[in-house]
Amino acid sequence: MKKLAVLVVALLFVCLAVAVFAQEGQEIAAKTSLSPNVRPAVTIDTGDTAWVLFATALVMLMTPGLAFFYGGMVGRKNVLGVLMQCFIILCIISIQWVLFGYSLSFGPARGFWGGLQWAGLAGVGTTPYPDYAPTIPHQLFMAFQMMFAIITPALIIGAFAERMKFAAFVIFTILWATFVYDPVCRWVWGAGGWLKEMGVIDFAGGIVVHINAGIAALMTAIFIGKRNGGSKAILPHNLPFTILGTGLLWFGWFGFNAGSSLGANGLAVNAFVVTNTAGAAAGLTWACLDRIFNEKPTVLGTVTGAVGGLAAITPAAGYVGPFSAIIIGIVVSLLCYTAVSVLKPRLGYDDALDVFGVHCIGGIWGTMAAGLFASKAINPDGPNGLFFGNPKQFYVQLLAAAVTLAYSFIASFIIYKAIDLCIGVRVGEKEEIIGLDLTQHHEKAYTVLE
Amino acid sequence: MKLIIAIIQPDRLEAVKQELYRQEVFLITVNEVLGHGRQMGVAEVYRGTKEMGNLLRKIRLEIAVNEDFVEKTITAIVKGAQTGESGDGKIFVIDLVECVRIRTEERGHIAIG
Amino acid sequence: MKRFIAVLMLLSFIAVPAVMYAQAQTQPADARQQQAVQASDARQAPSKSDSGDTAWMIVATALVMLMTPGLAFFYGGMVGRKNVLGILMQCFTILCLISVQWVLYGYSLSFAPGKGFWGGLEWIGLAGVGAAPYPDYAPTISHQLFMVFQMMFAVITPALIVGAFAERMKFSAFVLFTLLWATFVYDPVCHWVWGVGGWLKDLGALDFAGGTVIHINAGIAALMTAIFIGKRKGVSNHTILPHNLPFTILGTALLWFGWFGFNAGSSLGANDVAVNAFIVTNTAAAAAGLSWAVIDWIFNKKPTMLGMATGAVGGLVAITPAAGFVSPVSAIIIGLCVSVFCYFAVSFIKPRLGYDDALDVFGVHCIGGIWGAVATGLFASKAVNPAGADGLFFGNPKQLLVQIIAVAVTVVYSFVASFIIYKVIDIVIKVRVQEKDEVIGLDLTQHHEKAYTVLE
Repeated sequence: MKKLAVLVVALLFVCLAVAVFAQEGQEIAAKTSLSPNVRPAVTIDTGDTAWVLFATALVMLMTPGLAFFYGGMVGRKNVLGVLMQCFIILCIISIQWVLFGYSLSFGPARGFWGGLQWAGLAGVGTTPYPDYAPTIPHQLFMAFQMMFAIITPALIIGAFAERMKFAAFVIFTILWATFVYDPVCRWVWGAGGWLKEMGVIDFAGGIVVHINAGIAALMTAIFIGKRNGGSKAILPHNLPFTILGTGLLWFGWFGFNAGSSLGANGLAVNAFVVTNTAGAAAGLTWACLDRIFNEKPTVLGTVTGAVGGLAAITPAAGYVGPFSAIIIGIVVSLLCYTAVSVLKPRLGYDDALDVFGVHCIGGIWGTMAAGLFASKAINPDGPNGLFFGNPKQFYVQLLAAAVTLAYSFIASFIIYKAIDLCIGVRVGEKEEIIGLDLTQHHEKAYTVLE
Repeated sequence: MKLIIAIIQPDRLEAVKQELYRQEVFLITVNEVLGHGRQMGVAEVYRGTKEMGNLLRKIRLEIAVNEDFVEKTITAIVKGAQTGESGDGKIFVIDLVECVRIRTEERGHIAIG
Repeated sequence: MKRFIAVLMLLSFIAVPAVMYAQAQTQPADARQQQAVQASDARQAPSKSDSGDTAWMIVATALVMLMTPGLAFFYGGMVGRKNVLGILMQCFTILCLISVQWVLYGYSLSFAPGKGFWGGLEWIGLAGVGAAPYPDYAPTISHQLFMVFQMMFAVITPALIVGAFAERMKFSAFVLFTLLWATFVYDPVCHWVWGVGGWLKDLGALDFAGGTVIHINAGIAALMTAIFIGKRKGVSNHTILPHNLPFTILGTALLWFGWFGFNAGSSLGANDVAVNAFIVTNTAAAAAGLSWAVIDWIFNKKPTMLGMATGAVGGLVAITPAAGFVSPVSAIIIGLCVSVFCYFAVSFIKPRLGYDDALDVFGVHCIGGIWGAVATGLFASKAVNPAGADGLFFGNPKQLLVQIIAVAVTVVYSFVASFIIYKVIDIVIKVRVQEKDEVIGLDLTQHHEKAYTVLE
């Protein structure tokens, strides 16, 4: 009976896709009947297109990279759980984005969402959409943004690792993407988004991605409860995987940040340089902190610091220079180190893989730092920050961060609670002890004897 | 017949094997274990969570021998594994009730050698 | 209390970039204005920068960055299970350390125009390195992009040396050695071969993507460290086996993938020289991999995975100086030969001379780099790259002579300078870990971490 229900739901999805596709066909037909006078005169630059295509692929690679970053840090009996969650998000949000996610996030309608005008990618063709990216095809902009929409819910996984039911996780992801990611994305990046109109700057997603996911992560960590045995229970089963994940994340982050200039131009190069610099400075700082407080620099600490630095520079990459990046990197490691080593044990929530401590705190600092260090000398189309004589920007940044924190926490909580009441979010205690790989997926990651 | 179980430091395995071969003891079983005696482990740290690692990697050898080989085997193991530092390990000798060679179904002393 | 002071000292590092930034601000106002205008130009309508070239070079820079984690896994799989985090940490630390060193002063020392030992301090703190292209280096991409592309080369070079002293170097000594080596060995040699006013460049030495600057340079420093740090404990009795060969293969794949950026990116644009470099890179790697597999088959009865991977890397090394100057057929010959030389170095010379170059950095990178530099002097052809030169096989014996000079200079200087740095550090804080730390393993003793759990 249950299997039949699942089949029916799947069929409904297919029908929805067909209906939307049919509508898209109509739209395309309508569009081509437009007279040439109405079509905007923009030209596609092949260099810009080449770069953004590659950047899109780079950001896609960050999701498997994140999967290994997290995967190495969980116990051997839960690694497939993490990998599966990341991969299923890659699949689910890719479809959701195409069907309606892009329209809700970037559609031209004013309101909570961007409207359904572009549902099924109707009207999203090869002609550039100048409000977003004047020199690349609209479809490419959509695909590029898709990869951001994918990795954001994937970040949250780290908080509830090792104890969430897979079915609950899938439903949570779809609802979260639709009701939390898409709106916040629209407010900060969408045409006519209210935070954007207020002047907030978020180059590549400090608010939309890191703060958003980070605070949702905190919420889940608090309400799903601690793992069996507390946070000391399970040690990283394969740290080299975590380092591999970091390498892939760092590599992909060039697409994440430098690609957000939406062209192969000086701004992209600046974003590239500050991204690398902030990650490096933050990694070194965390290594130093480890050396001071734990006698030895650890590799887990260094890579965590580097990821924090990359997260912090994300909102600021197109507005600050290399020296600001060094300062941003040093400070973020100090903040995140404190959040992870002092705040977390003291407050007692079990954010298993420190999503809040690294991404949320890193994102908040990065958003503020954008309001401090932004300079028109780097990006004449951007604003100046507080250190360059414009305190207003700093307040706008704070406001945007506060709004996102509040909204994401509350909305995520409502979604979480609704699912918890219907099907229960946490696995049973016995299942948690056996491990998610076997109980949720009937698979073992590694063989023992051969 | 006796079963000799030895717990030794992992880096002494090669030396112990060479000594055993020299005494013409060729049939051994080896596996990796965790354990400690008085020697304490090295602390581990994972993002601020301290783990007082006190189970260290060791190698466990199992050798089935006839009576006349017991002392030779013990001497060989000691010679190969001894460093004078704490953590060198221990040797246990237990009585072996029966031994069967699976290929030929021989039993007893002949099956061991 | 002590820790509190240490954290305060750490915070004071913020002063460094702050001061440098303030200094850059004291540049004449019109220079800054010009930079801003150029930034604006570059963003709206590139006047000098070509968007296609820029796109490719951004990608190439990212690809070369990926080679450092790739190298980390290439090496990491080959060491024992108790030392893998040591390797990964060293490579990652280099990525962070040299990224910052390059921005602060490394780029200036390496590439600022000048005829001296270093390039000069003109571009300290990236002063003057903006969005406008610097035509002497790369006329169609922004100067900043050229700088960051070169940064990734400066990052991976010291990382190569890690393989020679694997499993026995103190982490603090390693950090000091890396910083000093980058400043006093990499930056000068880079300047001589690639910098405007560099004397080897003026002599006519050809090094397309870094055979001399990177591979010979790092390879000979590796030999030096291997000799003076001494053999690993117990290595004379038995070989220390690779603990995870699939990691090594993963690393090889990432290296091969990234090497396209390394070689094809060194044409500094999306042009036909880049395409040629891409093709010969792939061809040489393939030929060398096959060659080593065949040699293994002959001498060891079976082709080995590690051998083939090593051969492929050797081929990539050898083609590096030649990539922009030779044809695909020459690349096949270069690749087939390099495996012969490197195999000989690794299987006969190393055991006979008795140095413990743990992961064969000298045998593969130095020998491969020397062969590549010489091969450039043999096979270079103006038909492939009119901006280059002809080699011996195309009627110009002088080029081979120049190449040999460049190789000899680099070998001698790198060995001597690296040795001085090494000895100084050894006297001050001792480079090698204590014997009992080496037995327990670097992961636990240097970083208080275990790579893998055993029970769960």
